[in-house]
Amino acid sequence: MQVPAQVEYEKAASVEHALALLDRYGPAARVLAGGHSLIPMMKLRLAQPETLVDINGLTELAYLRAADGELRIGALTRHAELLGSAAAGAHFAILHDAERVIADPVVRNWGTIGGSLCQADPSEDLSAAFAALKATMVIRGPDGTRTVPAREFHTAPYETVVAPGELLTEIRIPIRPGGGSAYEKVGRRVGDWPVGAAGVAIWLAGDTITDAGIGLTAVGARHFAAAEAEDFLRGAAASEENFARAGEIAAEHCRPVSDQRGPAAYKRHLAAELTARALRRAAGRARGEVT
Amino acid sequence: MQITVTVNGEACTREIEPRLLLIHFLRDDLGLTGSHWGCDTSNCGACVVWLDGTPVKSCTVLAAMADGHRVRTVEGMAAPGRLDPVQEGFARCHGLQCGFCTPGMMLTARWLLDRNPRPTAEEIREALSGQVCRCTGYENIVRAVQWAARHEADGRAAGPDGAGPGTASPATTASEVTR
Repeated sequence: MQVPAQVEYEKAASVEHALALLDRYGPAARVLAGGHSLIPMMKLRLAQPETLVDINGLTELAYLRAADGELRIGALTRHAELLGSAAAGAHFAILHDAERVIADPVVRNWGTIGGSLCQADPSEDLSAAFAALKATMVIRGPDGTRTVPAREFHTAPYETVVAPGELLTEIRIPIRPGGGSAYEKVGRRVGDWPVGAAGVAIWLAGDTITDAGIGLTAVGARHFAAAEAEDFLRGAAASEENFARAGEIAAEHCRPVSDQRGPAAYKRHLAAELTARALRRAAGRARGEVT
Repeated sequence: MQITVTVNGEACTREIEPRLLLIHFLRDDLGLTGSHWGCDTSNCGACVVWLDGTPVKSCTVLAAMADGHRVRTVEGMAAPGRLDPVQEGFARCHGLQCGFCTPGMMLTARWLLDRNPRPTAEEIREALSGQVCRCTGYENIVRAVQWAARHEADGRAAGPDGAGPGTASPATTASEVTR
């Protein structure tokens, strides 16, 4: 039987209240959102907070809004809500691709977008998706609000720039015309973390790639991104040959490790192949050829 | 700490430790042992209950998080004297063998049919994909949910005023099904 260690519990009634509670209890407090990563870690004593600040009552952080050239996702939005959002899917197919293969429908009902990002698992699907989309994270703290690019959000496995006393409140994604996006994942079984996965956002002018964002997860990519492959693609033709070459470049620059999900060489192979597949599908979507 | 959770329509107030998991609150504090405690890692789905109308894995939710909210368990599925069509489908189609996964399967199936009254077999499998049947009896589970969907659709078609599921269905008592 697995049970968490003894812990104090506070229910936050507003963002301001949550920040006050985090300030009062200090670094030994942890924010509790869906809890689908934190509670299992508490059961295993991998996390042992003294106080939980439950933010599930903060309905003001559960929203998806497309306005003013941005999609804004509240941090307490559940995975199922993102997957169910027609606006999110219309602008960023990559988010629906990724959500369909995150955990299972019941876990997606309760797990949150902000919680997944703050858990900062090195195999997190959404970290790659938001890196590809060059999203911006909005963080609130006692001194106000600050924004951090998605690619500067994670500092190490299971660590982010969100300091004790701060709260991730929103993710913003710029909506730019002429683009397409896609996410490709290989897992051992349905609902598992990826062995490897790649997310792509691409913008075309005719047959030329004007810009590309490539996110990688579970393969040891710096900042969950493949910046060198993006540089290669910018200004290049949207061709099969270039997609394959971009995949090779992405694979060269990642540092996968062998573990129970697979050997490093296989993960490197996946980084190349899945990058190429995601580029192909994203470009097809940008051209309106595939859904 | 003291919490009040509305379980199957009844407000239940108890003194608990904040670390208590919802599954243990339901089973040990309230005596509702229909929800099963399985893998403890949010993989198997034996502990699925509804929290404010949505299926969740109650081994990975604190009882404190349900304070002030509504929970529905398998004990709250049947109307007095009449099984929910999903329960009836599981009984008629042999949707259970050992029965351990059954409460969670039925609660997720009920939720699916409320949102999608005529799901395809693939949609049923997708909806239940976070739940494990250790007897591997998935074929009959899918048939059971399909039976319930058909039964409810027939009930709606036959209803005098297009009444929803459960209201216009031919009545089947619990004793008839379990006999």
